[in-house]
Amino acid sequence: MATKEKTGIVEKILRCGIISWIIFFTLWAFAAFNYDEIFLPSPIETWKALVKVISDGTLGADIIASLGRIGKGWGLAILTAIPIGLLTGHFKCVRWLVEPLLNLLRFIPAIALTSMFLIWFGVDDKSKVALILYAAFFPILVNTIAGVVTTDKSLVEAASCMGAGRIRVFFTVIVPSSVPNIFTGVRLGLSSSIICVIAAEMLVGGDGLGYLIQSSRMYYKTSWAFAGIITLALIGFIADRLLSFVGKKLLKHFGVK
Amino acid sequence: MSDNNILEIKNVSKIFHTPDKDVEAIKKVDLTVKEGEFISIIGASGCGKTTLLRLIAGLEKNYGGDILLDGKRVEKAGLDRGVIFQDHRLLPWLTVEDNLTLGLDGSKEELRELVNTYLKKVDLENFEKVYPGQLSGGMAQRVSIARALMRHPRILLLDEPLGALDALTKMNMQTEIGKIWEEEKTTMIMVTHDIDEAIFLGDKVVVMRPRPAEVDQVIEIEIPRPRLRSGEDFAYYRNLIINYFNHSILDYVI
Repeated sequence: MATKEKTGIVEKILRCGIISWIIFFTLWAFAAFNYDEIFLPSPIETWKALVKVISDGTLGADIIASLGRIGKGWGLAILTAIPIGLLTGHFKCVRWLVEPLLNLLRFIPAIALTSMFLIWFGVDDKSKVALILYAAFFPILVNTIAGVVTTDKSLVEAASCMGAGRIRVFFTVIVPSSVPNIFTGVRLGLSSSIICVIAAEMLVGGDGLGYLIQSSRMYYKTSWAFAGIITLALIGFIADRLLSFVGKKLLKHFGVK
Repeated sequence: MSDNNILEIKNVSKIFHTPDKDVEAIKKVDLTVKEGEFISIIGASGCGKTTLLRLIAGLEKNYGGDILLDGKRVEKAGLDRGVIFQDHRLLPWLTVEDNLTLGLDGSKEELRELVNTYLKKVDLENFEKVYPGQLSGGMAQRVSIARALMRHPRILLLDEPLGALDALTKMNMQTEIGKIWEEEKTTMIMVTHDIDEAIFLGDKVVVMRPRPAEVDQVIEIEIPRPRLRSGEDFAYYRNLIINYFNHSILDYVI
């Protein structure tokens, strides 16, 4: 019994991932030991920088700026890509119209369009939001279409036998059955948005986490850039966990796992 | 039993067109169903009995011959025919209540009362707020029976309705379906590959020959209800049908 309990604890420790983090920080600390802070800051120097940017309010302001852009761009992508995806999946004629464009356009990375968007939408927030919208749009669209196309035909059949008309079948069978796919698209869209907002801020400047990382590097404050990078990782992690938690809670009956 | 025919199937055939060849699923089926009758259709798997049922339901189009429901040719699905499938086909994102009332018109109170009445009929009182995922297979199938009955169909079509259930649940459900049939006096056509089930419920058992499907014989089951599966007369019909299948399989092989 005693040994069994022991392995239980060991397993718990291994499983929570703390070992990986200890190894990671140790290797990082060893590597940084031989180099200057400007070249590679140590974990402790990074921590100090993190405390500094938090306490002087720089980080908070940049987080709010970046999150605001993500919210706008990603939100707009959700609002446009889902309806277009539903129509494209459902109506063959719309699919014939949309799919040829979609199959080409979705391979153009948002970053490739940055300079064009700058010319078209200006250097302020609009171009960044438009870029995020573009980046998040395609994952949501493609997954929404997939959701509609893979709707279980037997459920459609059953609902029409019970007297549900075409419009009701669309809203009570086809849309709900696409929810897990749409949700996957929305999650992928969020990670595209985060990647894109950083790239846009790095290239365009102004404010935001991307700008923090870029400008710190330019002023040889590498530890500040590291603080920004770590914040970015945490934001992505928390946002995805939060989204999947909300999905599981609210969309359980739709089959979101 | 009245003499009026509710359903006339005349010279019905159905060919499925696939890219490489045409498959004749049904060839010249004739069958007449009287109002209030319970018809069991039995045959080997893949013999086309489900296709026949789907034709009656209006789920398959472009068939030869005529399927006349109250004298009108069946062209598409309609509320005058209820269908119960092998899988319950309830929508997982709707509660039992919302599944039952899907597509129905009426005030909230009316619909609620209707839901309660029919859930009571299938012994599922107070289950209206439950999601299908929380029900057992037998319970979900009972909800789907309630869903079909609530629409007061002229004919209820059952496509191997108990095929996915365990033996005990199956026997209970057979008894329940029998009870519902007697109470509602709805005409029912059930496709099955279970000989006992066909005899237990049917006024007539239609035996079908496979590939392409044809009606081989129609056996009138003259056992008084409620029927006992252990009775001598039951054994007689069971042997009759088993013998038939043994011979026909031999014919088929030779």
